[in-house]
Amino acid sequence: MTPMTPMQRTLTALGHQEPDQAPLFLLTTLHGARELGMPLQDYFSTAANVVAGQLRLLETYRSDCLYPFFHAALEAEAWGCEVVFRPDGPPNAGAPVLKAAGIDTLRAPAVRDAPGLQRALRAIAGLKAAVGATVPIIGVVMSPFSLPVMQLGFDRYLDLIHDEPGRFERLMGINEAFAVEWANAQLAAGATAICYFDPVASGTILPRERYLRTGQPVARRTLARIQGPTATHLASGRGLDILLDLADTGTAAVGVSSLEDIGQLKRRAAGRLALIGNLNGIEMRRWTPAQAELEVKRILARAGRGGGLVVSDNHGEIPWQVPEEVLLAIRAAVDRWGRYPLDWIDGWDAGEGA
Amino acid sequence: MEYEIDRFREALETLDRVQADAIFFRALDRSNPLLAIERLVVPALEQIGRAWQEGRVALSQVYMASRYSEDMVGRVLPPSDPDRKRQPRSAIAVLEDRHLLGKQIVHSVLRASGFELFDYGSIGREELVERVLADRLEVLLISVLMLPSALAVAEVRARLTARGCAVRIAVGGAPFLFDAGLWREVGADAMGRDAAAAVRLLEGWMGGPR
Repeated sequence: MTPMTPMQRTLTALGHQEPDQAPLFLLTTLHGARELGMPLQDYFSTAANVVAGQLRLLETYRSDCLYPFFHAALEAEAWGCEVVFRPDGPPNAGAPVLKAAGIDTLRAPAVRDAPGLQRALRAIAGLKAAVGATVPIIGVVMSPFSLPVMQLGFDRYLDLIHDEPGRFERLMGINEAFAVEWANAQLAAGATAICYFDPVASGTILPRERYLRTGQPVARRTLARIQGPTATHLASGRGLDILLDLADTGTAAVGVSSLEDIGQLKRRAAGRLALIGNLNGIEMRRWTPAQAELEVKRILARAGRGGGLVVSDNHGEIPWQVPEEVLLAIRAAVDRWGRYPLDWIDGWDAGEGA
Repeated sequence: MEYEIDRFREALETLDRVQADAIFFRALDRSNPLLAIERLVVPALEQIGRAWQEGRVALSQVYMASRYSEDMVGRVLPPSDPDRKRQPRSAIAVLEDRHLLGKQIVHSVLRASGFELFDYGSIGREELVERVLADRLEVLLISVLMLPSALAVAEVRARLTARGCAVRIAVGGAPFLFDAGLWREVGADAMGRDAAAAVRLLEGWMGGPR
């Protein structure tokens, strides 16, 4: 088969067809700083750094996407939170600035007035200028349903969901308007698709029946107003029980957890959702190249056939501590074993060392 | 009693506070607060913890169950009550991490199980070492969400050892769930896969020093 561009490969896989080989999304954000030899805080201080870092990562690892996601705290900063940097991992959002009563008078920030968001838009535009339509550029929004973990704090947000339905609905309305504006601004800047991070939707955080009353209607309304394709990411959370509910929100793909069997997820998705995952990003830091190869083979064997699979980590961000040799081993394993039609699977011992 | 525990657990899982209160106060009518806690609340929270590990209940249910239970127990066994368990001298902290929910759940479950302990909140590694020494802790519970924070436990352990402190350290949080060998790598003495595990650990460590 003629080699495809990363864009063709990804679109084919997301369309539940078999491309030339399985796409690999190595979702490296922090590693761009390492490529440029600069501290994380400096790296994320300019769009030019992130553009240069992402292009270096593309050259080194040949991921099938660019991922100009800065960090989750960037959105929290737009809402007034402090960003707390550390030298060895993504920054945290500082103490929440919103209290439940403050929801009554809350107004969403405008994307045009948020310097951090504008920096991210410039990074997307810079990458688009560099790669055109050959490599997918993945933009990111926190779902309106998950953003309150940073806005209010997790405990106060769970209290709000359970105890104050009126304020919860008002907050969702405000957050939805913001998420739609932010996602569409990224698409206008050159993003190919939007990753909708929604860990609170996962079965790890909420029981399905409550998700159906809360997070799912939020996602339906929000995704319908985003003017481009979306993928939902559960950021390591479990998704098996809500997989078809996620499909009903209009999302095209879902990032799934290493806690779940990707083969079982593939069968449940039944062609309605493509899967992104599910390499264990925490364990990955101490994998040998041989183990990295085995983990890639497991995913391909369980979920690769028929397309509908993007090999990736399970969280949507590879930790700073994961060394280059592991990332290169993952790349090499997908190159070696990910070429369709994946005939090797028939002779592979699922006892999985063979 | 098994039937009552099941009904109490169901009430907590389904957020039926009225029913949970009713079962708890019926148990109080039949015994004293400490026995009611040990025979009803602790086993129910233990079952919820196991269900969380197995993916049968969600974190929001664990959180709400721990919050309700802490409230109930706090009404009959206030912090100053002499029946509260104050040994071993213990504290809970979130290490260099702003994600507090896991710590809050473990703290609530421990208090709902009759324990009293220091709550250091979110704290840096240097300050944590100083607090452990100043408070003469025997057990330190550390909660983290992020991998770098989990790895920082190794430095806390090394600094405490260098100062001659043999405090027992138990860790919990997502990185330890996703990498089953990580707690040993960072020098912890134990890892809790759910909040109820902290109760078992403290009870097991009530016997004496490390």
